[in-house]
Amino acid sequence: MSKIEFSNVTKTRSIDGKTYNVLDDVSVAIEEGTILAIGGPSGAGKSTMLRLVNRLESVTSGSVLLDGVDVSTIDPIELRRKVGMVFQLPSLFPLTVQENLMYGPRLRGLEPSSLEAKVREMLDMVDLPDISPERPAGELSVGQQQRVAIARTLMNEPEVLLMDEPTSALDPTTSKSILKLVCDIKSKYGITVLFVSHSLEHSRLVGDRFLLIVDGRVIEESDIEAFFQGPSTELGRKFLAGELK
Amino acid sequence: MEYISLSYASLGIAVLFIISAMAVSFRYRLGLERDLAVGAVRAFVQLTAIGYVLQFLFVSEKWYYVMIMLVIMLAAAIKNAVARQSIQLKGMFSTLGISIFVGSALTTSVVIGVILRVKPWYSPRYLIPLAGSILGNSMTGAALALNRLRSDITHRKPEVEAALALGATSRQAILPMVRDALRAAMLPSISSLMVVGIVHLPGMMAGQIIAGAYPVDAVRYQLMVVYMIAAAVAITSMMVVYLATNLFFTPDHMLKTEALGSDS
Repeated sequence: MSKIEFSNVTKTRSIDGKTYNVLDDVSVAIEEGTILAIGGPSGAGKSTMLRLVNRLESVTSGSVLLDGVDVSTIDPIELRRKVGMVFQLPSLFPLTVQENLMYGPRLRGLEPSSLEAKVREMLDMVDLPDISPERPAGELSVGQQQRVAIARTLMNEPEVLLMDEPTSALDPTTSKSILKLVCDIKSKYGITVLFVSHSLEHSRLVGDRFLLIVDGRVIEESDIEAFFQGPSTELGRKFLAGELK
Repeated sequence: MEYISLSYASLGIAVLFIISAMAVSFRYRLGLERDLAVGAVRAFVQLTAIGYVLQFLFVSEKWYYVMIMLVIMLAAAIKNAVARQSIQLKGMFSTLGISIFVGSALTTSVVIGVILRVKPWYSPRYLIPLAGSILGNSMTGAALALNRLRSDITHRKPEVEAALALGATSRQAILPMVRDALRAAMLPSISSLMVVGIVHLPGMMAGQIIAGAYPVDAVRYQLMVVYMIAAAVAITSMMVVYLATNLFFTPDHMLKTEALGSDS
């Protein structure tokens, strides 16, 4: 539903007085309704890319565009309702499942009673039809919690979904089911997804396209299968062979 | 209003208390003898000095001298509250300063102007001890509230960012941590409401009784004091958490990750 574009984005950060580039002149366009899998060694700047889209952080130079509009000109609260984010850890609030799901809509002033059907629908969507909405979220397993976190994000009806290593805290079986869920969400709602993962296997399972970044620079950006069939760069080949940590 | 005036010679005997504490330290090799000695001397010098200052204020009865004294006390309270923060951030001084000032000034004005109706209002005999007691408690409350809030936001950062990512404003995102910080700041003054008179007789009341006041009069004073402290702490810590949002967030509702520091 929405197109995302990074245009010459640079992000610097200073640690102990030294300044370095987390992202270095990144330009990439993500077509609406596609899943871009972002891979690269740890510290490459993958998560930072996501955090610039919903303005949890701001660019140092360049711009991130949502449907052609610079996100820095959009009210951050409005922006974050359109651009949902799922984190590595579920980070649920110490409330019931239902209260977690209603959190976003209630910020917009919607009445809880008007949301109950939607809560059920979302719990079905994330494959938790048997969970009582009244249960404290903390009692669920990590895998279930991550599903609730995804449902919580979907309650805002986002046009873009940012997923920051959503499977890295989960066991392989749960990871697979979450990955399938991501594909289902995309096909059902036509959401544009930016999916960060350090797992090549996970990237391949969900991605339409693949972006490799190393040290904050775009190394290659291509169709996902094309990348796995044969990367066009030396760094790409090394990354695929597991030689870049 | 007769009481036994304590001479320096008699006070000298009280030094035996310090010596007995030093003996305990020596017996158990606590290594605190030096600190005890230094502490005893410092207490003597500081209190003697303040004694002369107060004497001067009481004799001169000039509103501007009293004001100067209050400003010095306020500055000391703010400095102390800042020093108690486990991580120093830019803007903490003004956050704590404004909060302590407003919380203390409001409470002190009501006590002096409405409850006691002191005339003249700057009468140091009332203003100095009451403002001192309010400032001390505001300072502790402010320091506690800010420390707790910063540490909670740091530890619960994933939850805060999840809330922001769902479209919460920074104030909405930290509401649970704000509640905890306020509770932590207000609890000590509430517990003292609960135990006052049972566990200890507060210093101000003890002082009044020794000075010859009727105990029931002293009790009414003390009640006013514990009530005013509860209010001062509540107002001050509420202001701290309100103003502190700007320490931790940009106006665009971004968490200042670098400001929170890699926490202890």
